Amino acid sequence: MRLLVNKVVLFLSTLSAVIGLVFLFWILITLTIKGLSSINFYIFTHDLVNNGLRNLLIGQFVLALIAVVIGVPIGMIAGIYLQEYSFGNKYAEFIRNLSDVMMSAPSIVIGTFVYAIIVNPIGHQSGWAGAIALAIMMIPIVVRTTDDMLGLVPKELREAGVAIGAPKYKVIIDIIIKAAKVGIMTGILLAFARIVGETAPLLFTSGNSEYFTLNLNEVFPSLTVAIYNLATMPDANLVKIAWAGAFILTLFVLIVNLLGRYIIKDKK
Amino acid sequence: MKVMDIKNFSFMYAGATKPSLKNINLPIYEGKVTALIGPSGCGKSTLLRSLNRIHDLYPGNKYEGEILLKNLETNEMENILEFKKENELINLRQRVGMIFQKPTPFPMSIYDNIAYGVRLKGIKSKSELDGRVEEALKGGALWKEVKDRLKDDARGLSGGQQQRLCIARAIAVEPEVLLMDEPTSALDPISTLAIEELVTKLKEKVTIAIVTHNMQQASRVSDYTAYMYLGELVEFGETTQIFLNPKEKHTADYIAGKFG
Amino acid sequence: MEALFKKVSALSATLILFLLTGIFVVLFIYAKPAIKEYGLHFLVDPRWGVEVSQNQNSVNNTANTSNQVATLQDSPQIVDSDTIDSDDDAIDTDNDLAADEDSDIAVNDDDIAAATTDTDIGSSTSNIKVVYGGLIPIVGTVLSTILAMAFAVPIAMGIAVFLSEIAPPFISKPVGIAIELLAAIPSIIYGMWGLFYFGPLISSIFGGGSVSLLVAGMVLAVMIIPFMASLTRDSMNTTPNVLKESAYAMGATKFEVIKDVIFPYAKKGIIGSMILALGRALGETMAVAFVIGGVFNFPHKLTDPTVSIPVVLANNFAESSGMSLHALFYLALILFVISFMVISFAKFYFLRDKE
Repeated sequence: MRLLVNKVVLFLSTLSAVIGLVFLFWILITLTIKGLSSINFYIFTHDLVNNGLRNLLIGQFVLALIAVVIGVPIGMIAGIYLQEYSFGNKYAEFIRNLSDVMMSAPSIVIGTFVYAIIVNPIGHQSGWAGAIALAIMMIPIVVRTTDDMLGLVPKELREAGVAIGAPKYKVIIDIIIKAAKVGIMTGILLAFARIVGETAPLLFTSGNSEYFTLNLNEVFPSLTVAIYNLATMPDANLVKIAWAGAFILTLFVLIVNLLGRYIIKDKK
Repeated sequence: MKVMDIKNFSFMYAGATKPSLKNINLPIYEGKVTALIGPSGCGKSTLLRSLNRIHDLYPGNKYEGEILLKNLETNEMENILEFKKENELINLRQRVGMIFQKPTPFPMSIYDNIAYGVRLKGIKSKSELDGRVEEALKGGALWKEVKDRLKDDARGLSGGQQQRLCIARAIAVEPEVLLMDEPTSALDPISTLAIEELVTKLKEKVTIAIVTHNMQQASRVSDYTAYMYLGELVEFGETTQIFLNPKEKHTADYIAGKFG
Repeated sequence: MEALFKKVSALSATLILFLLTGIFVVLFIYAKPAIKEYGLHFLVDPRWGVEVSQNQNSVNNTANTSNQVATLQDSPQIVDSDTIDSDDDAIDTDNDLAADEDSDIAVNDDDIAAATTDTDIGSSTSNIKVVYGGLIPIVGTVLSTILAMAFAVPIAMGIAVFLSEIAPPFISKPVGIAIELLAAIPSIIYGMWGLFYFGPLISSIFGGGSVSLLVAGMVLAVMIIPFMASLTRDSMNTTPNVLKESAYAMGATKFEVIKDVIFPYAKKGIIGSMILALGRALGETMAVAFVIGGVFNFPHKLTDPTVSIPVVLANNFAESSGMSLHALFYLALILFVISFMVISFAKFYFLRDKE
């Protein structure tokens, strides 16, 4: 009897894993089929106003890049504090946990926050607002990554740096961060992949635009928001464009994820 | 003759209820190798690490007593425990270097590893750095093996080579004292022997204090030996005397291998 | 230099605290007019943007908002000076808001008659109020999350067990990677897939439209499964091998080892990951927005379309102003507080990081 129960449970378990895989492949396959069929050279060279994706792809990338430029330094420096300067005091542990909580906070709330402090006072949507919303989402992820990766560096290395007469900040910059470099870079890469797929924080901060622009002071094009708008349009052509965009986005995100995974594995 | 002098030194780790070192009195003689031996937990590493105040990386430790270091210019002994300012501590560590049990190559090239401490002292000219690097690597018995690949990442060296790199790196800043915390316990026998030979060679230029749990190593390498037990200094004297004719029974028992 | 570096890094870390409190404070400020107006009644009021004529009110109109029985007529009425409230007003500080309120809007205990100002909504009829209540989106959020958990927990547990105990390494590695890739897929992709493929499938099995609460719940489930499975598997893997081995040595079956050794040992981590996933599901916007239907009505059946808080925010935010905007911020605040509490509970109670 026990053996029977055991077998049943193991079977159900395996079944769940299969179900998970089914979903994964279902999503990926439909995405590929619908997406590939809509991909052609045209969409890369024309903007949304002409039924292309160019301005959206560039726009999404620009927003994510700015988010990285803003969010990574802040996140890294905070992570350095947690790992190197706080000696596990209660405050640091609190901030660490708080940062994790922020990681799971609803992204749309971040959007409303940025709307309130930036879009409203200025009076209109802007690329800056969207980028800042993405940066806010990025910070906790980078903090976590930096914290964890620095924690993997053996304490003897720190001591050796101090023992040779280097001031602490130099030990951190020249030695510790260098030692953790690969892990931190990979973490940033994965964080980038995560925010490049975000929609909710951009919805009412940078909005969307059909035109190519690099002017961040105005409404700014982004792939994710556009997909959201297009997918529900009655025009089948627009929906096709949405699929193409979705396919490209997913491909990019998955490749970056696999790349990050590969780098970490290689390092080990 | 004494380059360092430990006087009535007691040390308690942060959060501990009992002191790890009790009232240690120990001289470190210039140009000699002093070995600290004793069973695990006797405090030998703790004592060694007090000599360059590396404990200060971790807040909350308490100490009493004095640790004196001879001032180069005035020839007077200064209490290093009174150093408070950042640059005083930095200066201390440039004069009292340290080698760790686990080899700790910095994540940079062999050349940059050796040059790191030298650059910290303000030396920037390439020719001078080159000279110092070569001299240090020769002093660390590593030059021949690496002279053609100075730009390679130091982490590619073998364990024994890495430890010799660390020694070369430490002597590149021309310290007066070199502290070695079980430098060979993570190495194979051949590398161990190489480093022991190095220690004997180096003592002409640098005073060495070495912690080891390997008694044979202590007897091979050192001029003076201090035997410690449970945070106290049990006996100190010339190595030959300690090993052949220990005054304390405790010392004799440890050396005979009766415990530890 | 050293001191500077140290200070800057401490500042950076504190920034996170500031951000979090800042979000709360800003949301609160922007929600305040709505909070003042509707109070806690907001949580149970199913109307959104419904105009109620003041004329139908009886004379003894108490303006106290909280804990009123939810009859329309007695709801507190404040003139919604939508068009008067320019965006500038909306972002005034507390003081200014109070001043505005005093001049434009009847504060709680004021005589309704004092709300004489700008009734440019209507023409000759004075005192038309617009009422906002968050009940429907709140219910939608709660229901869709419960549904999602109901589907996700067993499957995620199963996957975790499979990965950690059943599969040999050459299977568990790629499958593990596959699960983590699932977690990396952006949420709008789930939304599109749900809208065009999964939804119709569900509706053909269960009836109802291809967008509904049920579809939303299930798509949400698919989204949080990988997250939950990963965390659970990690927790399960912390069980020391010796414990497992001693159980096996006594003749226990795999299931029994899982049930009696691993789960109790990893209990905290497992429950914590479930609660954390719940917190994530609460705030999920895009996937749900595609498939929940976007109809501001109660779902009388599972297969009815409805809304959730994030969906209401996503759909209405851009065009809102005045009181409706404040009401949206009120909703956002509610969502933020709830998910913050849930996630913090999971984090600080179950998944505390020890350094």
